Amino acid sequence: MGEIAIEVDGLRKSYDGVEAVRGLSFGVERGEVFGLLGPNGAGKTTTVEILEGYRERSAGEVRVLGHDPQVRDRELQQRVGIVLQSCGFYPRLTVREAVEHMAKAYPRPRDPRETIDLVGLGEKADARSNKLSGGQRRRLDLALALVGDPELVFLDEPTTGFDPAARRAAWGVIDTLKDLGKTVLLTTHYLDEAQALADRVAIVKDGAMVAEGPPSDLGPSSAGYRVSYLAGGRRVEHQTDDPTDLLHRLTGDAIARGEPLEGLEVARPTLEDVYLELTESARCDVEQEPRQR
Amino acid sequence: MTPLTLAWQQFRLERKLFWRNPSAAFFSFVLPLALLLLVASVFGSDQQELETLIPGIAGMSVMATTFNAMAYNLTFLREQGILKRVRGTPVPLPSYFAGFLGNAVANAFVQVLLVVVLGNLLYDVTWPRDWAALLLFTAVGVVAFGALGIAFSHVIPNFDSTAAYVNAVFLPAIFISGVFYSSDSLPRVLDTVAEVLPLKHVIDGFSGAIVTGQGVVDNAAALAVVAGWGALGLLLAVRFFRWE
Ligand SMILES: Nc1ncnc2c1ncn2[C@@H]1O[C@H](COP(=O)(O)OP(=O)(O)OP(=O)(O)O)[C@@H](O)[C@H]1O
Ligand SMILES: [Mg+2]
Repeated sequence: MGEIAIEVDGLRKSYDGVEAVRGLSFGVERGEVFGLLGPNGAGKTTTVEILEGYRERSAGEVRVLGHDPQVRDRELQQRVGIVLQSCGFYPRLTVREAVEHMAKAYPRPRDPRETIDLVGLGEKADARSNKLSGGQRRRLDLALALVGDPELVFLDEPTTGFDPAARRAAWGVIDTLKDLGKTVLLTTHYLDEAQALADRVAIVKDGAMVAEGPPSDLGPSSAGYRVSYLAGGRRVEHQTDDPTDLLHRLTGDAIARGEPLEGLEVARPTLEDVYLELTESARCDVEQEPRQR
Repeated sequence: MTPLTLAWQQFRLERKLFWRNPSAAFFSFVLPLALLLLVASVFGSDQQELETLIPGIAGMSVMATTFNAMAYNLTFLREQGILKRVRGTPVPLPSYFAGFLGNAVANAFVQVLLVVVLGNLLYDVTWPRDWAALLLFTAVGVVAFGALGIAFSHVIPNFDSTAAYVNAVFLPAIFISGVFYSSDSLPRVLDTVAEVLPLKHVIDGFSGAIVTGQGVVDNAAALAVVAGWGALGLLLAVRFFRWE
């Protein structure tokens, strides 16, 4: 461990003069689950597809397991598993046939049957891929990416379209990958997903990094607590670093009035608040310093 | 697995997919044979017409199983993102394409043989007088039309419009290239166009090999035209290849 699996330095990518990625730098260690988080069009897929070798970068340095992915080395492709953001199957092939066929492409594949079970498609193993639901298709994507037993797995929005139970199940699979010592780079819109899975996340907006670090460290910045309650049917909200005094006053007043303090909530800002705050800010302050761990 | 084994695996997969796709099997096998039976029934027992028709249908089959099939399949694979998935795996691309093309090649050879056998059994057309020439013209025709089909797929914007694009080329081509009747009876302009395109030359080669006994040497010019189209097709197919 401690070795670097992915290194990205000053990565830039323009499409016909429009810069989709503007100077991204980050590193992913072996065995780490790294999350790229950001709104639509932030440049997540562009970044991941450059790392997968699908697209050529305009500038910057990139290393994946010590290789330049742009070279499209077969040795590198044998060690990497890819779940693309959207990608189809041969419609007339069953799940089992598709996974078994894919396994043949790799030097040391996992057992296809076991891989299908791992992603929870066991019951659909003999169904044709065009008869699968959206979430089931996504699981097949995952099975196809894992059957080669890759060291490094790219997951571009792996759980989009999953029902909550399937999402939990997929998280379980990703946790298993982590336990097996695999490196995972995933993109997601879901904050709870990043929070639950990633050792570190990078929040990206307009092709630039706005924050990076373990999800727990990206938490509260300025006002630590949010205290709110209902008064006359309206929600009143206060922000404070130390809620002790405020709560004492609020409850005291309520007791004095002989009324209940309705709808009282005390909350720490979630990663979601941080994310919204960071990604909704105007473009001009995107260049702010990445917050350190 | 070696690249060769992977190509073989891909070929077997493509065969399986082909037989599972009723409409592909129909357009590649049933339609040309149905046309053969239909047009032959119109000609009745005019042996000369039948001897034009058999090489003509054989040539049309080569085009249908390669040019049309490549254009359809590649457009589909590209639109579905299947090509993109393949590109992300360690399957060497030559292995993938060998298996993919091998499927079309197999179809073309089977179809040409079927037409020849039916021509003999049903319509008393002679067995090919020059098998080597027949196989060589099939092989060069397959490469040329396969490559042109791949190149043509780059022009097709989406899968829904594939049928329109393919038929816009295929129907005029079979009409002017002497599939159903000798192209000598066509207006000069159309005959000149047909002379430039490859299908007529494949059919001439077949006609020589099956009916008149003219071999490769006699039809060297025709073979050269088809090979020229093959070279151009390969160039365009590779140069403008799109994965997604
Ligand atoms: N092939 C392309 N040609 C031109 N522009 C592109 C291309 N691919 C992406 N873009 C543009 O680059 C920007 C970043 O796109 P990208 O797909 O990387 O975003 P993303 O973060 O993955 O978004 P999402 O969450 O919606 O998947 C977008 O503005 C998009 O329009
Ligand atoms: Mg994306």
